[in-house]
Amino acid sequence: MTQKSKELGSFRDAVADIPDGSTIGFGGFAMPGVPFNLIKALLEQGARRLTLVGNTTGGAQQPRMPDMGMLVENGQVAKVICAFTAATRPTDTLPFTKYYESGEVDAELVPQGTLAERMRAAGAGIPAFYTPTAVGTELAEGRETRLIHGREYLLEYALPLDYAFIRARTADTVGNLRFHRAQRNFNPVMATAARCTIVEVDEPILPAGSIDPDDVHTAGIFVHRLVQVPPEPEGMWPTRRQERRR
Amino acid sequence: MSETKGITRQQMADRVALEFQDGWIVNLGVGIPTMCSNTDIGDRDITYHSENGVIGYGAVAEPGQEDLNLVNAGGQNVTLKPGAAVVHHSDSFAVIRGGHIDVTVMGAYQVAMNGDFANWKLKGQKGGGIGGAMDLAACAKRVFIILEHVTRSNHPRLVEACDLPVTARGVVTLVATNYGLFEPTGDGFLLREIAPGLTVDEIRATTGGKLTVVDGLKTMRMVG
Repeated sequence: MTQKSKELGSFRDAVADIPDGSTIGFGGFAMPGVPFNLIKALLEQGARRLTLVGNTTGGAQQPRMPDMGMLVENGQVAKVICAFTAATRPTDTLPFTKYYESGEVDAELVPQGTLAERMRAAGAGIPAFYTPTAVGTELAEGRETRLIHGREYLLEYALPLDYAFIRARTADTVGNLRFHRAQRNFNPVMATAARCTIVEVDEPILPAGSIDPDDVHTAGIFVHRLVQVPPEPEGMWPTRRQERRR
Repeated sequence: MSETKGITRQQMADRVALEFQDGWIVNLGVGIPTMCSNTDIGDRDITYHSENGVIGYGAVAEPGQEDLNLVNAGGQNVTLKPGAAVVHHSDSFAVIRGGHIDVTVMGAYQVAMNGDFANWKLKGQKGGGIGGAMDLAACAKRVFIILEHVTRSNHPRLVEACDLPVTARGVVTLVATNYGLFEPTGDGFLLREIAPGLTVDEIRATTGGKLTVVDGLKTMRMVG
């Protein structure tokens, strides 16, 4: 008996059933691995009161591609869990920042490694863990710490997702994935943390068995829906960034 | 960036890069620290780690040669050196949290004389930009900081105590500014090398805590 293909025909179909109130992880770091096409589809789908999880809400640089900040601007978001509520450089502005500062949208600011590990823990059945990160900072105020072998650690809880939106280079019909270069980043981790992982794929979806099992980065059991990214202009692809001012 | 006294941003990065030892695994933060990978430090074998999981990257890619799916922590398109590897984010931060990074070089708003530093949140700001800084600061074997010596309003950035929220406590061991090379000493800063055109008195007037000066103070070492 052959396994059923996880490939869907459109991004619209892939996000159609996402209900209001969902917690959605968005893969990617800078341009690589960002699910631009799924974000665009979710903007059109219109689910509301969402909790978004990702490294940054985006939008500090030009040209601007679909990002979590656009879902905020579109009135679809209740809360964001991320490593940046403001830009790295004080001279840059994130479109999201003003929504957070005005209290319109809530945010939970999490160190990047803690963010990744909280999702890894969720996918691995670990409810919480201790980390040395953020000990002695404002983020640790009023929270549980513990001395282990003479060093202080901060308790962090697992972060499960309802959906993960990620991007990969190669997939087969059962959802085995390969990433290209820095496209990988949060994506395999989010796939394990989510009840439903939706992947936009650069290349045509291959028949099962086309990827050598030794070469699979994310096993298909963590993947639920696949959509191939069409060529530009219909599909959205990473672009060159404009030169920054010094 | 307003024009300031002393050495340039690239020279600050160069001076820090000269501290890297053969075989080190080095993580460079966004801004001036990324310039350390431009520095020619001879045949020392350095592995550059980027928080997004790229281990063993090299120079910024030439225009037209970029792989748009290959970036460093600052989002610049970089190249890979032979022997490079890519891991996912949890493994990348296992490299960091697990103590496998020999040095992290970061920018900062303030460094205190006890080795605290602040680089994620401005005064009065709600939230901020942490990125990987807290993981790196808490877990790398060494934390070096590069920053302009004074603010635009001429206030010290090397201070007695940070009045901005800290990124980590007591971790900074080396600071390069456009005025010189410093070490936090607990009750002040040790001036190890001085930038051309600066005087010790000028530095003392713009540095928090007690300024001590290394015996036989020399001008800041330059590359080439």
